[in-house]
Amino acid sequence: MAQTAFAPWDDPEAKPLIEFRHVTKRFGDFIAIDDLSLEIYEREFFALLGPSGCGKTTMMRMLAGFEPPSAGTILLSGQDIAPVPPNKRAVNMMFQSYALFPHLTVWDNIAFGLKRDKLPKEAIEARVAEMLKLTRLEKFARRKPHQISGGQRQRVALARSLAKAPKLLLLDEPLGALDKKLRQDTQFELMDIQEKTGTTFVIVTHDQEEAMTVASRVAVMDEGRLIQVDTPDRIYEYPNSVYVADFIGDVNIIEGHAEKSGDGYEVTFAEGQPKLRAKTANGLRGSGRCYLAIRPEKIAISSQEPQDAANAVRGVIDDIAYLGNLSTYYVRLDNGKIIKAQTANTRRIAKRDLTWEDSVWLSWTDTAAVVLEN
Amino acid sequence: MRRFSWFNATSLTLGFAFLYMPMVILIIYSFNESKLVTVWAGFSTKWYGELLQNEAFLSAAWVTAKVAVASSTIATVLGTMAAYVLVRAGRFRGRTLFSGMIYAPLVMPEVITGLSLLLLFIGIGLDRGVMTIILAHTTFSMCYVSVVVSSRLVSFDRSLEEAALDLGCSPFEAFRLVTLPIIAPAVISGWLLAFTLSLDDLVIASFTSGPSATTLPIKIFSAVRLGVSPEINALSTIMIGIVTVGVITASLISKRASLRLQAEEQAAART
Repeated sequence: MAQTAFAPWDDPEAKPLIEFRHVTKRFGDFIAIDDLSLEIYEREFFALLGPSGCGKTTMMRMLAGFEPPSAGTILLSGQDIAPVPPNKRAVNMMFQSYALFPHLTVWDNIAFGLKRDKLPKEAIEARVAEMLKLTRLEKFARRKPHQISGGQRQRVALARSLAKAPKLLLLDEPLGALDKKLRQDTQFELMDIQEKTGTTFVIVTHDQEEAMTVASRVAVMDEGRLIQVDTPDRIYEYPNSVYVADFIGDVNIIEGHAEKSGDGYEVTFAEGQPKLRAKTANGLRGSGRCYLAIRPEKIAISSQEPQDAANAVRGVIDDIAYLGNLSTYYVRLDNGKIIKAQTANTRRIAKRDLTWEDSVWLSWTDTAAVVLEN
Repeated sequence: MRRFSWFNATSLTLGFAFLYMPMVILIIYSFNESKLVTVWAGFSTKWYGELLQNEAFLSAAWVTAKVAVASSTIATVLGTMAAYVLVRAGRFRGRTLFSGMIYAPLVMPEVITGLSLLLLFIGIGLDRGVMTIILAHTTFSMCYVSVVVSSRLVSFDRSLEEAALDLGCSPFEAFRLVTLPIIAPAVISGWLLAFTLSLDDLVIASFTSGPSATTLPIKIFSAVRLGVSPEINALSTIMIGIVTVGVITASLISKRASLRLQAEEQAAART
């Protein structure tokens, strides 16, 4: 490899920028964050991902200083930030609603934080000009927020939160209000800006695709706990639980009974069906109930019985979802279980020969499935 | 096509006649030559001239203006603060009681408010004059201001304040630089409401005024008891004029502001 990959989380020497140490947050009887520990490193683009109400926004608000933790400590560069009020933290936030000041122009919005620092006039002007250039808003400097479009407002909000060159930038669902096309463009723009400025970004989102695209690491949350923290590809390929496998992307979950066999497991999942073979790095704690998670794109579909396949099952095509670039086949096995198999449509429509009610074979390798205990 | 049917035209005429007939008669008679209010003897503006010579009326007008400006300003400051606390503090013990107590003076009979204030001023030995009227007017108009301002604050996006804090403002700076400019229209209309309430209050002022200070409504009321004079008509006409100009200006300003906002938003949608 020509370039060393950016992975400070694998480096035992690296000092984290942010450290959550056994942080708990309660609102009355409701536990929003439950004894959570997490380390985030400098220059990371870290995504907090989870369904609404999982506590991801609470984490962010604790970092910004709007909510104090009920227990535990949060360290920023090794310092406990609990006693520091939000206006004294080297942390800035981009709000979900953007929270642009409607009575100020774009220029004044961006300059707002700099003016609070009592910087000299020239320094403020230079910095605002730099931010306008970075977010390509030079033409709109004199406009008020309601005189520009949604995408432009989003960039003003970003420029304003970056203007003070914070150690840490928090982004609360930053692209939620944009339409799909604009959102995709903006994701790359965000990554670009993050790289240029070298700021640590923590983004909150419920959109798994967005988290996967932008983040260096993703934390999947549920009910105030971290379920898995890892790089996007590892989260996708090696989910540590049924919850993560199911939350990220599309997946087939097959429940069965596992028995150790060689360097893998043999899983019995239904009467009259062959045993499924799966190799796995993380061993089960013994034999017993388990779940196989298999991504649809890792399952091949064919009308003839495949040769030398580690796993092959028979079924009937129940439904076909044609997505243009991909087709997803919903195949019903004899026991009624539906398995999804995905193929790329590399050929034109006339060449494809599978259709509804066709009897087909599904096959996958012994490394395709992840064995989960849960 | 006729815009109004016979029925609509009649109800419109009746409604407006009911509302404005008394005022129109008052205005017409203020230009009456005769000293007798009910007998028309030709057009004249002499009562306006005489009004300007009347020391008692002029000093009462001056007291009224001072009281209205001072009390509405103090009421706006206090009322805005109360509204801010009630909307922002969220839930705390006794919140309902507290907010109920702020709005209670809205429904309290003025006679009772006036009497209790009188007893208080006597109790603490405060001489009745301009000062006591200002205090009394502040007391009862504060809750009107807080109602107007809190209804605006409820729809105020809290994250704007958080953004200000996040960008380095102290809580007071956040209020001064962000919250206040945005809620300013509500604060101004609260002030105007307090001002007009103070301007036409008779009951509370008559309890709390002293021999040294008489407001215009008290003066008019006591003058009318001795018989309506054309001077009173002239004075009332002036007051109607001031109020009309004020109302029209305020509505024009707000209409123009909303039109401009609309135009700007349309311009933004096009870019």
